[in-house]
Amino acid sequence: MMELVCPAGTPAALRAAVDAGAHAVYCGFADETNARNFPGLNFSREEMAEGIAYAHARGAKVLVAINTFPRAGDQPIWHRAVADAERCGADAVILADLGLLAHAAERHPGLRLHLSVQAAAANPDAINLYAEAFGVKRVVLPRVLTVEEITAINREIDVETEVFVFGGLCVMAEGRCSLSSYATGLSPNMNGVCSPASHVAYAEQSGAQEARLGGFLIHRTPKGAPVPYPTLCKGCFTSGEQTGHIFEDPVSLDATRLIPALQKAGVRALKIEGRQRSRAYVGQVVRAFCAAVEAADKGQPMPEGLLAKLTEGQAATTGAYAKTWR
Amino acid sequence: MMRHDLIAPLFSAPFALAPLNLALSRLMRRIAARHPGILRRLGPHGQARILIDVPDAPVLLLMQPSGQRLTAHRRTAPPPGSDATIRGRLGAFLAMLHGTEDGDALFFSGELEISGDTAAVLALRNALDDAELDLTEELATLGGRAGPALRRLSGIVARRSGLVLSRPEIF
Repeated sequence: MMELVCPAGTPAALRAAVDAGAHAVYCGFADETNARNFPGLNFSREEMAEGIAYAHARGAKVLVAINTFPRAGDQPIWHRAVADAERCGADAVILADLGLLAHAAERHPGLRLHLSVQAAAANPDAINLYAEAFGVKRVVLPRVLTVEEITAINREIDVETEVFVFGGLCVMAEGRCSLSSYATGLSPNMNGVCSPASHVAYAEQSGAQEARLGGFLIHRTPKGAPVPYPTLCKGCFTSGEQTGHIFEDPVSLDATRLIPALQKAGVRALKIEGRQRSRAYVGQVVRAFCAAVEAADKGQPMPEGLLAKLTEGQAATTGAYAKTWR
Repeated sequence: MMRHDLIAPLFSAPFALAPLNLALSRLMRRIAARHPGILRRLGPHGQARILIDVPDAPVLLLMQPSGQRLTAHRRTAPPPGSDATIRGRLGAFLAMLHGTEDGDALFFSGELEISGDTAAVLALRNALDDAELDLTEELATLGGRAGPALRRLSGIVARRSGLVLSRPEIF
């Protein structure tokens, strides 16, 4: 059976994920070392150790994301995070930076290394380099590949692959995108925040609702209609005579119906996005995907549409997996 | 069937704000003492003054977490100064507080609206979600000997109104 890797932004969400049947939970420390460094989220060292103990007692693994890129001169912050994750009993750390991978491989040889989606390793040559140089055991694939491309990659590599199947959909080359940085000065790559809430403003203006990021108007919707979170990649732009979502609509990924195809493609683990979401989201999504993974294992049809209410824009897409890219 | 209309008369009855504010103040101090993780998670955002606006209620609530202050303000008076506002129906607030509904999903569907300091609202949402609060239990414990009666009353109101007034063990 494929492993279900579930998000936890708080200890309560970790317990919700484990109780709902998650095979593994991923989470991060409450600082800039992880790519979901949002206010009120994440784990202290003590909470991490307690969370890992809770998961292990119930047969679940915990993977610690340390997947931002260290600032020159401040590497000790990231080095301490790797050492503390190992000390807390993490089953693996999820890293993106070459220097940090080299450090972890050399100083923590017993610690299992996963390659974060933030490394944007999207072809066999890149993945094999990470495996050979640092002993990476699993790679989280970027959300820009088709199922056919994932099948082809799996034929040419010896490490496990993990793919996103639900949640917020990043359509950019992750770890390389500078849109948030352009608008706010802060990025997921260096600061752990994409489109940080500190730079988001919602306001009513002339009978419409406006959502701005770093002062830039990203969405304007009629009063009473849902307002998407203002990220540049899912913003509404005017280009020439056209007005619309130039890069991507404000929708979420739901690849439930593709789980059998992903299993056939050799994918080892399915990842759910949403460390910034509540324990209600985590519990509902994990239960639904546990059922889907078990159904796939028995060759039964996939349940669909159970989670539409939880998705951004109340709408979902299969993203690049079944590519109809503009 | 959801029957939130049963709750409305409770709000429309004439009442003095002073006893309500005294009770709200005691509730805030109690929650802060029993759940210190909330203020720790809020960090500097605990200083923010957050206005809670339930449109069909006659009062607005103003919360300032680090000061352990929660006060009611009549709608007929000028609104108090605030750093952020969360607006939505009572049922949505209670469901989010008790972990049966996801805050982002309520926001995406337009059931909750926010304005002002988005980071403070986000921090508060995350801190409260981790605290796994149970409003009925907090009030019952605060009520001392009246606690068992308050629990029973809460159960009756929850059944009749459809509101989520306590934290379910499994949702």
